[in-house]
Amino acid sequence: MVAPTGSSRSLLSRLGTSHWVSPLALLVLWEAASRIGLIPARTLAAPSTVAGTLFAMIVSGELPSNLLVSFQRVLLGLSIGITAGVVLALIAGLSRRGEAAVDPVMQIKRTIPTLALTPLFIVWFGIGELPKVALIAFASTFPVYLNLYSGIRSVDPRLIEGARSFGLSQAQLIRHVILPGAMPSLLVGLRYSLSIAILVLVVAEQINASAGLGYLINNARDFLRTDIIVVCLMVYAMLGLGADWLVRLIERRALVWRPSMVDA
Amino acid sequence: MDARLNFIDPAEPPVSVPPPVVRLRGFVRSFGETTVLHGLDLDIRPGEFVALLGRSGSGKTTLLRTLAGLDAADGQDVRVPNSRAVVFQDARLLPWKKVWRNVALGLGGADIRDRAQAALREVGLGHRLDAWPLTLSGGEAQRVALARALVREPKLLLLDEPFAALDALTRLRMHDLVLDLWRAHQPAVLMVTHDVDEAIALADRVLVLDAGRIAAQERISIARGERGDLTQPLRHKLLDILGGTPASSGVIPFPQGGHL
Ligand SMILES: Nc1ncnc2c1ncn2[C@@H]1O[C@H](COP(=O)(O)OP(=O)(O)O)[C@@H](O)[C@H]1O
Ligand SMILES: [Mg+2]
Repeated sequence: MVAPTGSSRSLLSRLGTSHWVSPLALLVLWEAASRIGLIPARTLAAPSTVAGTLFAMIVSGELPSNLLVSFQRVLLGLSIGITAGVVLALIAGLSRRGEAAVDPVMQIKRTIPTLALTPLFIVWFGIGELPKVALIAFASTFPVYLNLYSGIRSVDPRLIEGARSFGLSQAQLIRHVILPGAMPSLLVGLRYSLSIAILVLVVAEQINASAGLGYLINNARDFLRTDIIVVCLMVYAMLGLGADWLVRLIERRALVWRPSMVDA
Repeated sequence: MDARLNFIDPAEPPVSVPPPVVRLRGFVRSFGETTVLHGLDLDIRPGEFVALLGRSGSGKTTLLRTLAGLDAADGQDVRVPNSRAVVFQDARLLPWKKVWRNVALGLGGADIRDRAQAALREVGLGHRLDAWPLTLSGGEAQRVALARALVREPKLLLLDEPFAALDALTRLRMHDLVLDLWRAHQPAVLMVTHDVDEAIALADRVLVLDAGRIAAQERISIARGERGDLTQPLRHKLLDILGGTPASSGVIPFPQGGHL
């Protein structure tokens, strides 16, 4: 007699504290409001419609092909941006002369919001792929640069000294002490770069795109297809989640030595 | 070996004492306006265990850093052996390298893992070869630091308050370990400490650093196992010197010049 009561109460309390309950409730409310006409389809499509559209777009290949285009833009922009950020941070972090040459320029660059450069980039690079990739690259450079640079500079000097007392050369110091010591900071920078890259992607894709998620959204807007817009928003969100997951995966491999990782 | 050398080279006067591994003459070290070490003379013989006492800020670490080659000696009369190793108060293990890689840091060759393992076995940590440093206790980390120093077979082992951060029981165990390692490898040791008892328990010779010079030194000839009560007068003497009280008790005025 006691056991069922206990388990049902724990089920109830588990329901009360679960994180997916409130989003699910919202979804149900939204669906209901759409069904009774409280939310017209041209304002916001019902969740069931969105799900149907998503399925149809996947089957027709419309979504995968455009997603691929967007994905390539992010990937290319990020590769360029991260590479530039890492190289610049190494130059500035590992030598005083490099710091004098690189850091002031980077600090000036930081004051300019990347998206404000969009008009200029269109003038310079036209309206094809180039300005989109350039914007993503430009925006994702800085977080990696800033974090890696300060990470290099804040490696515990006692560790450097300890290693130096065993006769390590400068190159060995960089390889065994400074770069691994700056790794956690690099990963923080990487995380920021990834999310900024996706943010910039959304805006950059509004530049007269003929393919990609932004193109789908622009088209849908012209035809008041809110269901397609919501599908694309979901895909953007998935991209963001995927980026986060990727960084966490890298962290788990690169920072195995950390106590939190060690305990796990 | 020295005796035989003397046979080969009769011009050499018959010396029973081998040349010192560490030799400083009139060493001066200043930071800006303040002179920390002020005409300091120091000799350490091969295999000798020397403890360096001194108040906080008296320049013990500064002297040790010079001997370690971490600070340039700017052409002063400083002689130290090429093979040196330092153990700091904090173990300074690289947290991103496994224990054995920390021990092998900077070593070359195919057998470095074996060498690291042998050194870790000596300090009783042969089973923690692949552990991450952040999972070690303070005493274990310090033992790894000792292994890392000894794997290089240094002629001079420099210890900067190596046990200050450890609890009393662990510290006593570390004393035994250090003595065992010292007997096995026979490096000259300079151990900085602010603990008079530690200095007396371990060293052949105790130096007191004050006002930038070696202000006093005591050689301890009593065997290490029997030092307990016999060294009480010495203990008081050293504490007096460190306390900076005038030698009113008549125990010991500083040997003038504090020379070796
Ligand atoms: N890099 C430095 N720059 C300026 N002053 C220093 C530096 N290193 C040590 N000192 C000074 O030299 C004195 C001796 O320091 P230290 O050798 O660390 O003392 P101890 O190890 O005996 O406690 C202190 O007054 C300290 O402030
Ligand atoms: Mg000190």
